[in-house]
Amino acid sequence: MAKYAFFLGCIAPLRYPGIEKSTRVVFDRLGVELVDIQGASCCPAPGVIRAFNRTTWLAAAARNLALAEKMGLPIVTICNGCYGSLFEAADVLAKEPEQLAKVNEVLKTIGMEYKGTTKVYHFADVLYREVGIDKIKAAVTKPLSYGVAAFYGCHFLKPSSIKNIDDSENPHILDDLIEATGCKSLPRKQKTLCCGSGGGLKAAFGDVAKEFTKTNLENIQASGAQFIVDVCPFCHLQFDSAQKDLGFNIPVLHLSQLYGIAMGMSEDELGLSAHKVPVKL
Amino acid sequence: MIHIEVKSNPEFEKELAALGGADVKLCFQCGTCTASCPSGRRTSYRVRKIMRMAQLDMKEEIISSQELWECSTCYTCVERCPRQVPIVDVIVALRNMAVAAGHIYPAHKKTAVNLYKTGHTVPINDEIKAQRKALGLPEVPPTVLSDSAAAADLKKILDATKFDVICKE
Repeated sequence: MAKYAFFLGCIAPLRYPGIEKSTRVVFDRLGVELVDIQGASCCPAPGVIRAFNRTTWLAAAARNLALAEKMGLPIVTICNGCYGSLFEAADVLAKEPEQLAKVNEVLKTIGMEYKGTTKVYHFADVLYREVGIDKIKAAVTKPLSYGVAAFYGCHFLKPSSIKNIDDSENPHILDDLIEATGCKSLPRKQKTLCCGSGGGLKAAFGDVAKEFTKTNLENIQASGAQFIVDVCPFCHLQFDSAQKDLGFNIPVLHLSQLYGIAMGMSEDELGLSAHKVPVKL
Repeated sequence: MIHIEVKSNPEFEKELAALGGADVKLCFQCGTCTASCPSGRRTSYRVRKIMRMAQLDMKEEIISSQELWECSTCYTCVERCPRQVPIVDVIVALRNMAVAAGHIYPAHKKTAVNLYKTGHTVPINDEIKAQRKALGLPEVPPTVLSDSAAAADLKKILDATKFDVICKE
């Protein structure tokens, strides 16, 4: 049985716990064991914390990586931000011995060491590459027929030079994962346009972030999609929280929630009451 | 006409590289980055201009600018750069310099303080606790929030790397 150290991050457990719940249920149904990383923290957030103090970012990320290393498990994340942060920190620490040595000087103060071995995966990548479309199809108990908008976000696939998951300009993984439920992933303009919230934009320049979101919503609306399906709680938060102001009303689901629906989870279990844009199935 | 004296400075390049932003000198100003930039379409942020200013060691002008903070780190420029300049890493390095010089937006400081105080960038609250409980999840997630020793460890790391300086008034 495949087994991963489950990295929660911040937005999923503390704003959309239904994403955490759906992931736990769906991975269990698919035969992937998720083990909590006791005492993990924020990844820390790549667009803000890394931009404020890179040494802090690397050391705090190394602490999370070291916790998983101690468990002897690779990390799986349910957020593009956590994935981007932990993957890139692991990449730096695997390639640059002098950075690893510096980070271990800091970790020594708390009696920890990071050897540099933890692998970091995005949950959609695990679903696609390790579980596979056939097994997902077999686990669907309630085939769906919605037309939906696949929203990849940025840090799932990019930078592609180190991630090597899919073509960042014309990806298909998420579309395939969505269509395994019977849904149709609809084509639209500017499919890989950023949601707008990354890099600290949402916090400091919320109106600029919303301009990105608005373009996305216009394109999604024009595609005829009934739902937006994302793979990142931060994109999820942006789409869910900005729509009222922007005059749209397209419900937002994390892929784990779409899978939960297709695998027969009840609406209560999916945590949809936390969503600002009401989700009617 | 405004005339600004600029010259390249290898030391500045080294400083950027030490913060993870190497190879800015590879940029040959083709402008693919700016043409691809979704933020540049909506703001006055011009990636090519910042890369050129970085090549010319216009550190003070860059780190005091609002534009430096208008990148959403979407990596579209990095994907398309014909010279493989790690542009987002350069932006992050420049932002590190800006913060070290005291340039930080109040909203960003709030995020930093959240991390410093709680170990997460957003706080937990009673509403979320109730939602988690209703879903059959532990009211408080199994992170630093429910492990005081782990929270203390994280704080030591933040202090050891001088993150506390950013969080002070």
